[in-house]
Amino acid sequence: MKRAYWFSMIAAVPLLTLGSLSFGDDDDDGVLKFWKKQPGIAPVINPLYKEECGSCHFAYQPGWLPEQSWRDMMSNLDSHFGDNAEVNPANHQAILDYLVNNSADKSDHRRSKKIMQSLGSLTAPQRITETGYFKHEHDEIPDSLVEKNDKVASLSHCNACHQDAEQGSFSEGNIKIPGHGKWDD
Amino acid sequence: MKRSSSLVMYTVLILSAMSVSVRGLAYGSVASDVLAGYQQSGAQPPDPERARVMWTEKYPDDNGKNTRSCASCHTENLRAAGKHVRTNKAIEPLAPSINRERLTDANKIEKWFKRNCKWTFGRECSAQEKSDFLSYILTQ
Ligand code: HEC
Ligand code: HEC
Repeated sequence: MKRAYWFSMIAAVPLLTLGSLSFGDDDDDGVLKFWKKQPGIAPVINPLYKEECGSCHFAYQPGWLPEQSWRDMMSNLDSHFGDNAEVNPANHQAILDYLVNNSADKSDHRRSKKIMQSLGSLTAPQRITETGYFKHEHDEIPDSLVEKNDKVASLSHCNACHQDAEQGSFSEGNIKIPGHGKWDD
Repeated sequence: MKRSSSLVMYTVLILSAMSVSVRGLAYGSVASDVLAGYQQSGAQPPDPERARVMWTEKYPDDNGKNTRSCASCHTENLRAAGKHVRTNKAIEPLAPSINRERLTDANKIEKWFKRNCKWTFGRECSAQEKSDFLSYILTQ
C-alpha cells in the first residue's frame, strides 16, 4: 500500500513537468487547469517598478506595450495623463531598463505577442486600452458596467475586474465585474 | 503544550510592542529632520493652521474650474482613507496616528510633495508651505 503510494508520487513528477511544458505560456482554459500554468503575460516581479509605477494605479505589466511606448512615456513623466509621475534619475534609468527589457516586442508570452500583432499603424501607443487586441477583447462590455459603474469607472483599471491581474492571469474564468458578478458571455 | 504556546504568545506580544515603539521613534526623527531642513532653507517655524485652511482651498483643474484641492484625493479627514480621483485606487490614511507607515521616509515625503503640489496648485510648494503641511499632517 505504502509502496504503491510512493510509486505513484514518483511517476507523477514527469507527468506534471510534461503538463506544464505542453501548456506553457497560457493562462487560458487548458485541459489541465488543475496544474497551474505560466501566465499569459509575464507578472511584475521588480519591487522598484511596483513601488513607483503601482502607487497611483495597478502596476501594468511591461509586456502590454512595445519598447517605444515605454520610452516615450518615461520621457514625459512630468505630464503623465494629467498627473506628475516623475521619479528620481537613478530610479528613472532602472525603471526604463526594466520596461524595455520586458516590453511586448521582447516577450514571448502569448498575450504580448497578440498585442504586437494587433498594433497596425500604432507604433508607440501610450495606453494599453487603445491597442487593437485590448479593444477587441473588451468591445462587448456595456458602458453601464464600466464608465457608469463607480467601482470600475474606466477600462484602465484592470484589477477591478480581473481578479488575478497581478499574477498576470487574465483568463475568462477569473473575471468578476463589481456589481455584476461573474462574466459569462 | 499549553505552557509553551503561551510562552510563544508572550514573545510575540513583547516583540510587536517593541517594534511599535521603535517605529514610533523612527517616524518622529525622520519628520523632524525634514522640518529642520525646511527651516535651514529659510522657512519660518511651521504653522499647521495655515495648512489646515489650504488643505481644502480649491484650485483650477484642466478646464479652468476651481475643483482641485488636497482633499480631492485624501478627503477632508486625514484619518480616513481616500482614493485617487482619476484612477480610483485606494489611498491609505495620511494621519500617522492611524497609519504608522506615514512620514517615515524623507524621499517619499519630498516625492509626493512635488507631485501633489504640482497637480493641486500647478506649481511646486515652497519650503514654508511644505513645512506647514508636514506639521499639520503630523498632528492628525
Ligand atoms: C502620480 C500618479 C501616477 C504615477 C506615479 C504613475 N501613473 Fe500611470 N497613470 C496615472 C493616471 C492618472 C493615468 C490615467 C488613468 C485613467 O485614465 O484612468 C495613468 C495611466 C497609465 C497608463 C495607461 C493605462 C491605459 O489606459 O491603458 C500606463 C501604461 C501607465 N499609467 C504607466 C505608468 C508607469 C510605467 C508608471 C511609472 C513610471 C506610472 N504609470 C506612474 C497616474 C500615475
Ligand atoms: C469592466 C471590467 C474589466 C476591466 C476594467 C478590464 N477588463 Fe479585461 N476583460 C473583461 C471581460 C468581461 C473580458 C472577457 C470579454 C469576453 O470574453 O467577452 C475581458 C477580457 C480580457 C482579456 C482576454 C481574456 C481571454 O479570455 O483571452 C485580456 C487579455 C484582458 N481582458 C486584459 C485586460 C487588461 C490588461 C485590462 C486593463 C488595462 C483589462 N483587461 C481591464 C473585463 C474587464
